[in-house]
Amino acid sequence: MPIDVAAEVIGNRSLSSDYNVLALAAPAIAAAAAPGQFVMVKAAGGCDPLLRRPFSVFEILRDTSGIPTGLSILSKRIGPSTRLIYDAQPRDRVAVLGPLGRPFTVVEPPVDAWMIAGGVGLAPFWTLAEALRARGVQTTLFYGARTGAELFYLDVFRALGVELALTTEDGSAGERGRVVAPLDRRLAARSADAPLMLYACGPEGMLAATARVAKAHHRPCQVSVERVMGCGMGGCYSCVVPMRSGGGVHHVRSCIAGPVLAADQIVWD
Amino acid sequence: MDLAVAIGSLHLKNPLIAASGCFGYGVEYADAVDLASLGGIVVKGLFLAEREGHPAPRIVETPAGMLNAIGLQGIGVRRFVDEQLPELRARNATVIVNVCGTTLDEYVEVSKILSDAEGVAAIELNISCPNIKEGGIQFGCSLHGTHDVVSAVRKATRLPLIPKLTPNVTDVASFARAAEEAGADAVSLVNTFLAMVIDVETRRPKISNIVGGLSGPAIRPIAVRMVYECRQAVKIPVVGMGGIADARDALEFMIAGATAVQVGTANFVDPFIWPKLLDGMRDYGERHHLTRIADLVGSLDTRKKDHAWTSS
Repeated sequence: MPIDVAAEVIGNRSLSSDYNVLALAAPAIAAAAAPGQFVMVKAAGGCDPLLRRPFSVFEILRDTSGIPTGLSILSKRIGPSTRLIYDAQPRDRVAVLGPLGRPFTVVEPPVDAWMIAGGVGLAPFWTLAEALRARGVQTTLFYGARTGAELFYLDVFRALGVELALTTEDGSAGERGRVVAPLDRRLAARSADAPLMLYACGPEGMLAATARVAKAHHRPCQVSVERVMGCGMGGCYSCVVPMRSGGGVHHVRSCIAGPVLAADQIVWD
Repeated sequence: MDLAVAIGSLHLKNPLIAASGCFGYGVEYADAVDLASLGGIVVKGLFLAEREGHPAPRIVETPAGMLNAIGLQGIGVRRFVDEQLPELRARNATVIVNVCGTTLDEYVEVSKILSDAEGVAAIELNISCPNIKEGGIQFGCSLHGTHDVVSAVRKATRLPLIPKLTPNVTDVASFARAAEEAGADAVSLVNTFLAMVIDVETRRPKISNIVGGLSGPAIRPIAVRMVYECRQAVKIPVVGMGGIADARDALEFMIAGATAVQVGTANFVDPFIWPKLLDGMRDYGERHHLTRIADLVGSLDTRKKDHAWTSS
């Protein structure tokens, strides 16, 4: 059952002129959240903006004894709602509803895990990496951004023992180009006998390209999709994704059937 | 205060109804809301067959509102009866089904299937969806069409029959009259207002269907006016909706003439809104010494203030 809290802002870390991480005191939601789940957030009361916005749970905040005290969201400023989230001040109240949606299926050794993130699509991979590493899964993060300055939290993933493969569009850090290029090469080089699960989150074009290379190399791939979402509860039918099932194509609500979906069933444009 | 209201033979424990298209099939919200605590729930519109609806993007936010063109995606009436209705029945929900059709025969057929099913309390006749070409709006925008479809379904079912009216007409009250004359037990209004949002940078529409239906607090004053006009025009009950976001909004519709109210868009923002709305109504009832909320219906005081001061 989802929980709705008027969560106090306990921190707001600006990462760049567009990206920020907002820490929210929502311990019950944090304690219940599984990797890949999301929350619906509304940073202001009243009618403008009216609707909540979906965000992956980025970090589970814990006290010194490991008890969840809250969660954070990774946001990119693109409109009025994300501007409010960028500008939020400590002690402000933010409505947080969650945890919502179907989480990632977390693999176990000997299966290796490769996470593919583009830009703000990094968001669901902190909690996933924690879960994978806690099980001893060999984990790699393929992470692409526009510039090196927008590759965030690399130290966190290194500290978790995650191998990094970085790309930037301007070549200022890692390999120049898109993140799917090194993924494709590494997939081609990998023995077909070595089991592997792919996890992807990022822009639609990146997800479609990831799904293509995963299929070409016969690897399963779970993608976390992002759609315009009205309610997060299955009520409004706005966040649908066309998916193959039972010989046809059906519009599936990504809020309750997802946001984590099987890449090979999605009909990519 | 007694919160019960009656819409013909349909008795509701309170006037709060979840609006069609805003509450899925109800089961989606069963973990968040005690479905039996609502006066009723109107499930998402159903045709005979399954429909996939429009491609995304299907909604866009607007000032104090939202535009949607879902395209009546739905599982079809038979799957609803088999797969969803048993759970709704087990949870003691008062189930009102929004019935769609592309032809008179389809409206009749869907209504018959629901009449034979166990656990349907009433039918809301969708003659007002603005988002699909062949989905009832051709009935709902013509007085003859409205009369014909209500008459045909009236002959096919004894369930309480509530045509849902579109506001996209010149005189909505005349449509309420046509529905009443054809045997409707009540009318519900308003469905959404046809509207449009354009991205000026790309010059593209913000939703795939180009146009869609506007809902939310932005439309509320227009909806209240239309409920008021219909209340004046017909003797059957009026179910009011359009941008209700708190108890005061609901009470406003009731004072204008609504016997019951539906809440849609606000449920997207706050799925836990229902007990808050009920508490707000009870508070109001205490402050105003009401014994029955039904006494509030149509109680709008239009006397001139001067008159009220000077008359003895």
